[in-house]
Amino acid sequence: MPLPMTNYSIEDLQGISRKLRRHVITMISTAGSGHPGGSLSAADIVTALYFRIMRHDPANPKWPDRDRFILSKGHAAPVLYAALAECGYFPLDWLTTLRKTGTCLQGHTDSTLTPGVDMSAGSLGQGLSVGIGMALAARLDKKDYRTYVMLGDGECQEGQVWEAAMFAPNYKLDNLTAIVDYNGLQLDGFTKQIMDLEPFVEKWRSFKWEVVQIDGHDMRQVVDELQKSAQVKGKPVVIVARTVKGKGVSFMENNVDYHGKAPGKSEIETALRELS
Amino acid sequence: MTDYSELTTREAFGKVLTELGGTDARIVVLDADLSRSTMTKYFAQAYPERFIECGLAEQNMISIAAGLATCGKIPFASTFAVFASSRCFDQVRMSVAQPKTNVKVVSTHGGITVGEDGSSHQAIEDIALYCSLPNFNVVAPADSIETVEAIKAAAATAGPFYVRLGRSKTPVVYTSGCSFKLGKADVLREGKDAAVIATGIMVYKAIEAADTLEKSGIKCRVINMSSLKPVDRKAIEDAAADTGAVVTAEEHLLHGGLGSIVAQVLGSGIPAPLASLGIKDTYCKSGKPEELLEANGLTAGDIADAVKNVLARKR
Repeated sequence: MPLPMTNYSIEDLQGISRKLRRHVITMISTAGSGHPGGSLSAADIVTALYFRIMRHDPANPKWPDRDRFILSKGHAAPVLYAALAECGYFPLDWLTTLRKTGTCLQGHTDSTLTPGVDMSAGSLGQGLSVGIGMALAARLDKKDYRTYVMLGDGECQEGQVWEAAMFAPNYKLDNLTAIVDYNGLQLDGFTKQIMDLEPFVEKWRSFKWEVVQIDGHDMRQVVDELQKSAQVKGKPVVIVARTVKGKGVSFMENNVDYHGKAPGKSEIETALRELS
Repeated sequence: MTDYSELTTREAFGKVLTELGGTDARIVVLDADLSRSTMTKYFAQAYPERFIECGLAEQNMISIAAGLATCGKIPFASTFAVFASSRCFDQVRMSVAQPKTNVKVVSTHGGITVGEDGSSHQAIEDIALYCSLPNFNVVAPADSIETVEAIKAAAATAGPFYVRLGRSKTPVVYTSGCSFKLGKADVLREGKDAAVIATGIMVYKAIEAADTLEKSGIKCRVINMSSLKPVDRKAIEDAAADTGAVVTAEEHLLHGGLGSIVAQVLGSGIPAPLASLGIKDTYCKSGKPEELLEANGLTAGDIADAVKNVLARKR
């Protein structure tokens, strides 16, 4: 039976997201490189999508009627791989092959190699446009699947995001939900200092999107607003999710150093303990 | 039935695309505010629900096309060659080439014969850029007849395609039909003294040059290398082995275009004296198409001179 497995409670989902976070730590530390901060900030939303919201079938990754998910911030690949493995798209023991020669789990998402990955990403700013293409295809084929795209806040400095932002409401794409993982940090520092995105909500609203603001770590809110986004008619929805980069690991939280750095040997144990 | 021989390559593209759209509902067309110039307007009129106007946003257009392709559509994305190449190169690389999405990028207004609009609108790097991308097929048809066949092949062959078309009306090379095959060169004239390998609008110039040279007893093999990637290595090697002297001609920078491709094949196979005609590391100016070709050494006379040059270097 295709998912969603709606029998998962909010508490169950919180448990799953902790498990995904533990995978992220193990994967990145085994690989010796990767992007823990943005993977951890996205974990609750990814959990809600794959274990509660989306209609998908791990036994049939190319099922034409599946809901689509594009991780436009492709560097958060570890959390997506963890979710896909926990869903059963591929064996859990693949996770520790992350970034290694010959692996199906590339440093950034690669749709040619990983079952369940709908589009390659890594060069920022393109995923929302790709999602628009999927949403247009659904409309042409009179299919009721929904397309979800997750962007980073730093990613929204890319011009193409705003080309896509202009397009989707003009085409009244109400089968598209964008989620911005607004953790406030990017590689070089705080988004506020590098290139301030504010007023962010107003930007999307002026582009004619339905805009919702949530706490991206409040599982109840995440689930509720993702569900509600599917009910909005006549325009696309963007969920601006306030998150904490490195969420769940004290020394990684709000610490720019863990944008793209693996935890050291002594840190792994602490991180896993905090996430247990 | 449409008489394609009377049309520009872009008009032929617009017409054949509309024809294909009638038999294959998977075909969707995207344009970036240039449908009246790229001639996708014909498709837009016939199948408005499958025509996606993107406005002036080429990057968005390419990634949308990629998304459509992942859902089983056959998207044709069109704009001018300058914009189709450099403006959205990263999108083509990340969303089309690497994931091998079934996107067809068809550009018009390629080369310097765009003319009066000047250097901003003269695509002279597009073939090099697209040929540099793994998984891409790259085609520059010689005339409107071959354009029709190339577009049909693009629609029928899975994977990323780039097709480069022109703006102005050019003489028809294939007056009695054309059987385009991806990855195959077409020998249009036989000859043992030298070989002229040309692509795009330079093919008819090569034929003109061969006709002139024949009058002075020089027989040239003329090869239409419309398929630039994959390239017909054997046709190049045979040309070198059989004639011992090779000239290439293209409406594109010498760097990374047909001249470079042929040099690479000859260098690793059968060396032969080679002269390459193309744009020489410079941007061009506004002017009439024929004047610009003349200013850049791309006339039939220039090809004939180049043939004499390689003949002189032949052992």
